[in-house]
Amino acid sequence: MADENKPGKAGDVLHNFTKGLVKENPALVMLLGMCPTLAVTTMAQNGLGMGLATTFVLICSNAVISLLKNIIPKEVRIPCYIAVIAGFVTFIKILMQYYLPSLFTALGIFLNLIVVNCIIFGRAEVYASKNKVLPSVIDGLGMGLGFTGALVIVGSVREIIGMGSWFGISLGLPAGIPPMVTFILPAGGFFTLGVVVAVVGKLTHKPVRNIGCDHCPNKSACSHCDTDREAG
Amino acid sequence: MELAKDLTIILITFVLTENFVLSKFLGICPFLGVSKNAKNSLGMGLAVIVVMMLATLVTHPIYHYVLTPLNVEFMDTIAFIVVIAVLVQLLELFLKRYIKSLYRALGVYLPLLTTNCAVLGVTLLTISSEYTLLESVWAAFCAGVGFLLVMLIFAGVRGRLEQCDVPKMFRGTPITLIAASIVSLSFICFGGVVEGIFG
Repeated sequence: MADENKPGKAGDVLHNFTKGLVKENPALVMLLGMCPTLAVTTMAQNGLGMGLATTFVLICSNAVISLLKNIIPKEVRIPCYIAVIAGFVTFIKILMQYYLPSLFTALGIFLNLIVVNCIIFGRAEVYASKNKVLPSVIDGLGMGLGFTGALVIVGSVREIIGMGSWFGISLGLPAGIPPMVTFILPAGGFFTLGVVVAVVGKLTHKPVRNIGCDHCPNKSACSHCDTDREAG
Repeated sequence: MELAKDLTIILITFVLTENFVLSKFLGICPFLGVSKNAKNSLGMGLAVIVVMMLATLVTHPIYHYVLTPLNVEFMDTIAFIVVIAVLVQLLELFLKRYIKSLYRALGVYLPLLTTNCAVLGVTLLTISSEYTLLESVWAAFCAGVGFLLVMLIFAGVRGRLEQCDVPKMFRGTPITLIAASIVSLSFICFGGVVEGIFG
């Protein structure tokens, strides 16, 4: 991650944006934010809504944290990040409640739980707190869209196999082939994500890492993650 | 009698039928990250139970006696996450100062719980389910027990998994997720237990 900590040159803007889409995809490669990736992806459209809401919060919080990086004391940075992120989450929650009430109901408490999404913490810690505003916003946009893409992929697989429809539109499967309801149950979520992560790891030729400890904001606090990895 | 029945329903619901990890997908990061052996699973599970109960005990009155009278219920997320962050910090300081042995056992897991979606999730869920204070704290305890149970079961599953010859493509996280899917499938069988017992 050494190169990403330097302030980006003009030529790096494109790389800064695209790295979040595939190479460092937060959900499928870095394995962060697993809870929403599993929970809201019973339908592709819920995944899309959740992904875009997270992207919005990520861009805004990256911008604000990048502006405040010299003011926030290092010791209390996590509570400060939480306060910034929680503000934007409340904002998007109110907007969604009035303009998209059906999506608001479908996402349920997971809309609130964007506050504790490790992707947003991870980017604040690894990128926004060390870079200027514009690169941080572009980083947030790339990471957010990568996360959205991952949610839509997992949601599409589950919705097509589990309900025989895509974005709510029936695919008109013959009556002889009933949808596999297991895929929209929790068990199907774990299974689909496992397969998608394996396929992405194969396509990008990268060994699948352990659960997102590398980019986890708690890495410094969680000594057990480190000792386990060294021992194992 | 009515109360005992309600509490039993909450117990079965939160531990088995709507387990936090396997059916609500809350607390997946510690579930996959820490469940490598039974000792870590136990420590993390106990820390989760303690923090969940304390958090619910504090956020329930805050919601009903501060946020509701002021008509700012939409601020629940901000208020709760700040309360949880402060609570975890205080608990850590308290244990460090007064109960050293407990601090050594649970201390490393406490900072992780601020940003754990299961803790924030249980406080928000008990509010939206309109539980009383007693029911909320009991639900938080049961949710924590459900989390601990799954962590321990899964530590056993992972112990077995390490001795298997897994295809290269699926090594690491993918096979762990697929194993979780099978454990989750077995928990589906508890569906309908509450309706079956209490009609």
